[in-house]
Amino acid sequence: MSRYRCPGCDYEYDEQQGDPHEGFAAGTLWADIPDDWSCPDCAVRDKEDFEKVVG
Amino acid sequence: MSHSETAGEAPANAYHDQKRHWWWLPLFVAISPVLGIWLQAMTGQGVWLWFTPILWYVALPVADWIVGRDERNPPDAAVPTLEDDNYYRFLVYSTIPLFFITWIVAAWAVATQGYGWVGYLGVTIGVALTNGLALVVGHEIGHKKERYQKRLAQIVLAVPAYGHFSAEHNRGHHKDVATPGDPASARFGESLYAFVLREIPGALGRAWADEKTRLARQNKSVWSTSNELLQSFAITAVLYGTALLLWGWVLIPFIIISTFWGWQFLSTSNYIEHYGLLRQKTETGRYERCKAEHSWNADHLVSNLMLFHLQRHSDHHARPTRCYQALRSDKAPELPSGYPLCFTLAYIPPLWRAIMDKRVLEVYDGDITRVNIQPSKRQAILARHGAAYGA
Ligand SMILES: [Zn+2]
Repeated sequence: MSRYRCPGCDYEYDEQQGDPHEGFAAGTLWADIPDDWSCPDCAVRDKEDFEKVVG
Repeated sequence: MSHSETAGEAPANAYHDQKRHWWWLPLFVAISPVLGIWLQAMTGQGVWLWFTPILWYVALPVADWIVGRDERNPPDAAVPTLEDDNYYRFLVYSTIPLFFITWIVAAWAVATQGYGWVGYLGVTIGVALTNGLALVVGHEIGHKKERYQKRLAQIVLAVPAYGHFSAEHNRGHHKDVATPGDPASARFGESLYAFVLREIPGALGRAWADEKTRLARQNKSVWSTSNELLQSFAITAVLYGTALLLWGWVLIPFIIISTFWGWQFLSTSNYIEHYGLLRQKTETGRYERCKAEHSWNADHLVSNLMLFHLQRHSDHHARPTRCYQALRSDKAPELPSGYPLCFTLAYIPPLWRAIMDKRVLEVYDGDITRVNIQPSKRQAILARHGAAYGA
């Protein structure tokens, strides 16, 4: 399970928790997030801009 | 902390926000129609019923002209403290009940006080303008990250009957801003009236579609009670419905005019905020990321205080979650005035274009091909400016 961070506003997507409000149940893998999905907090960055959180 | 200090910026620990106590002004505007109703009752002078429209369309442009622009920014190091200060949040939240009070008192007044149509219209347009300010507040809170803040945005957006704004604005407009496909970004050569007719239905359609997608991922119907657009519209229905039951059909013109004029306030803001500006496409075919140069900035002090810094729009689009009190005047294209005067300019399309078209071209060094152009006028505009600018 990994976490991915928006480089613009620091929103984090955690595969373990998902994002139920966005409709991603806990455990939803990053690979299963739609490609056209944007950061739900800032919408300035898209999925492909997100950075994997190391450690 | 490494922090490069530029001229005129005090060190963070010594920073004193000189606008701090001026952020009460929007609260005054939010309640100003009630003040006008009260002053009319005290003095018997009907002109007070026009208090808010005169404030917005006359007093503010004059004040902007006299007081002028303020380009000062808080130093970077002071921003976290400024953003964490609950005082600023408290002021924004405090406006929410005021919009409800204003709407209810004004509805009662026009229905029961026998003003005649001139006074009725003055109060109604006053409420339209406070509805517009309610949209500004919904905008500020709807961008924040906490769920309760997004809930408050749904509540305040119920007053102007624009519950789809958060969904439309955050997921739609910010994603597509300054591209030809965004119904909330105006194109070069597009009149305000054409824009309003494109934006209002376009925004509702996009918000509905995005909400449908989100709910579908939760395996819910778009008509479920989890639909955040419908939740806000339900509050509107209760507010407007109760008023109609209490005071009857005399409220119909009040509701129609204040609601549509309030929507127009939002649409006109959107019109002037990105007029003609275009994000260029990168080699990969995506649009470049939204930067300060993709929104018009206005640094006029008085109108900025009335609008919670909404006019520092360039920084807002570059950093959408930044709080109003910390928004910066950025290296961005500049509007000729604050929003109040720009609204009036936009109402007269030939005047707006005479002032703004050359400013748009300046942003792109005269290269018309880099501008967001109204498709129906593309050939004519390219021919005219292509010849003049050699593009
Ligand atoms: Zn983000």
